[in-house]
Amino acid sequence: MALIEVSKLTKRFSDTILAVDGVSFSVAAGEVVGFLGPNGAGKSTTMKMITGFLTPTSGSAHVAGFDVGEETLAAQQRMGYLPEGAPAYPDMTPESFLKFCAGARDLSGAARKDAVERAVSKTNLHGVLRQSIDTLSKGFKRRVGLAQAIMHDPQVLIMDEPTDGLDPNQKHEVRNLIKEMARAGGESGAGGKAIILSTHILEEVEAVCTRAVVISKGRIVADCTPAELLAKSRYHHAVTVTLYAPAGSRVREEMLNLGGVRNVEVAEAQQGRDGAAASYTVFPKDAGKVTAITPEVLGLCQQRGWRVAGVRTEEGRMDEVFRELTSGART
Amino acid sequence: MHGWKAVLKREFTGYFATPVALVFIVIFLVLSGVFTFKLGGFFQRQQADLRPFFDFHPWLYLFLIPAVSMRLWAEERRSGTMELLLTLPITPWGAVVGKFVAAWLFAGLALALTFPIWMTVNFLGAPDQGAILTGYLGSFLLAGAFLAVGSVMSAATKSQVIAFILSVVVCLVLMLAGLPPVVDFIKDFAPVWLVDGVTGMSFLSRFDSVSRGVIDVRDIVYFVSVMGGCLLMTVMVLEGKKA
Repeated sequence: MALIEVSKLTKRFSDTILAVDGVSFSVAAGEVVGFLGPNGAGKSTTMKMITGFLTPTSGSAHVAGFDVGEETLAAQQRMGYLPEGAPAYPDMTPESFLKFCAGARDLSGAARKDAVERAVSKTNLHGVLRQSIDTLSKGFKRRVGLAQAIMHDPQVLIMDEPTDGLDPNQKHEVRNLIKEMARAGGESGAGGKAIILSTHILEEVEAVCTRAVVISKGRIVADCTPAELLAKSRYHHAVTVTLYAPAGSRVREEMLNLGGVRNVEVAEAQQGRDGAAASYTVFPKDAGKVTAITPEVLGLCQQRGWRVAGVRTEEGRMDEVFRELTSGART
Repeated sequence: MHGWKAVLKREFTGYFATPVALVFIVIFLVLSGVFTFKLGGFFQRQQADLRPFFDFHPWLYLFLIPAVSMRLWAEERRSGTMELLLTLPITPWGAVVGKFVAAWLFAGLALALTFPIWMTVNFLGAPDQGAILTGYLGSFLLAGAFLAVGSVMSAATKSQVIAFILSVVVCLVLMLAGLPPVVDFIKDFAPVWLVDGVTGMSFLSRFDSVSRGVIDVRDIVYFVSVMGGCLLMTVMVLEGKKA
């Protein structure tokens, strides 16, 4: 059963602003869904409706089988939520803040102590537990928010830009934490968690997500695995060769004459020690094929005596797909 | 009401995490002392009671209570913690009641710390202890009513300044509703039932009778229903902002 079930969720803020327009998707246990989209696409609004902070204009969201609109409390008890920017009470210490959150989740006594301890050790907050939150660095604040979201070992975890503004090491830590939670499902045993995270860092989707949902102007424009998303790229299975060719060589024309080549782009030329090097990006006719056309291209280079300085076979370019999907929706 | 205890605890300790509590309590105690002894003529009256002390409470509360209540919701909305609070398994009623009770207990604590004046009056004479007790009760109820009004105003805006000003104005109107200038003004044209209604709305006249030692169930019911009504309105404002 899907732990998160969103159906035709719509949010209209005024007559002119339609923030979310009929969004439907579902997330099963063990899945990590990356919610992608430009700023203002409706990612945060969708998450706010799933967590019960905003009431949808129409449509519904179910979390762990509970209707967020009707059985708000039951749904909220089963999910953890990290709002954008990880808000927390600045005058509290992480310790008192986490205790408050545990109290709100009906944890008391030993259960509360365990939950706080577990969340603190998972997010490495030991060093700052007694310091007031407004004196913490951005990274620590984010971790306090994460600790609050995971302390009760929820089945469903929703995070709005969990790594935004963190340094590369902190990003790496947070991503590992997310992957681990999706797999293990925590102490409750059964399956993993269903996780949604929003981001506009595209590498993050490839790094942690099992699925990507791309949203633009309030509508879903793609819902597939990161690999499938990459396959939409025109660079999918293209080969980029950087080579030195003697003056007068008709490199591009000869490459075009190879079987299976659709197009060749000369990307850049640079002045090297041995004359001019140029990058040629060779696009295959059938990008869906399992093998790239690298051997054919390299064979040609060898035959003609062009010195190859570098070869890169591309899986696709996420940023290009992203641009295509989110700006193409306008037309 | 789910989660109200957790909210109550957080809010109440929250007052003491910042200088808010200290400043409020010190100012309240100093001002109530000044009013009682200087303006109220506590000694000159040569009477062993706390009338001059309680008489100034409505005016003290008019400015001090909105200063406490203005941050209840406006601050949460501005700092974004509102989203956290309302997505924890805490119902709107739980959050509203938790915050209100914490603020009320805090005001009650400030009120309780005026006990030296009770000791003073007992040292100087033999006051009517019952009247003093009802005086404290009336003052506590009045503080609660002001806080509940402030809670609605704070929920309605992001700005603490606006919340403060609106609370002062609404509380002032409710206070003065039954006083002669207002009543004289409207009784020229308004029907009797409206004049009675406006007089009945007055915080001051009801506070007066309770603090004089006259416990009328209707007065108690009035203050409690003002609080209940305002808390309901707070919940409605919060729910309305979700849509």
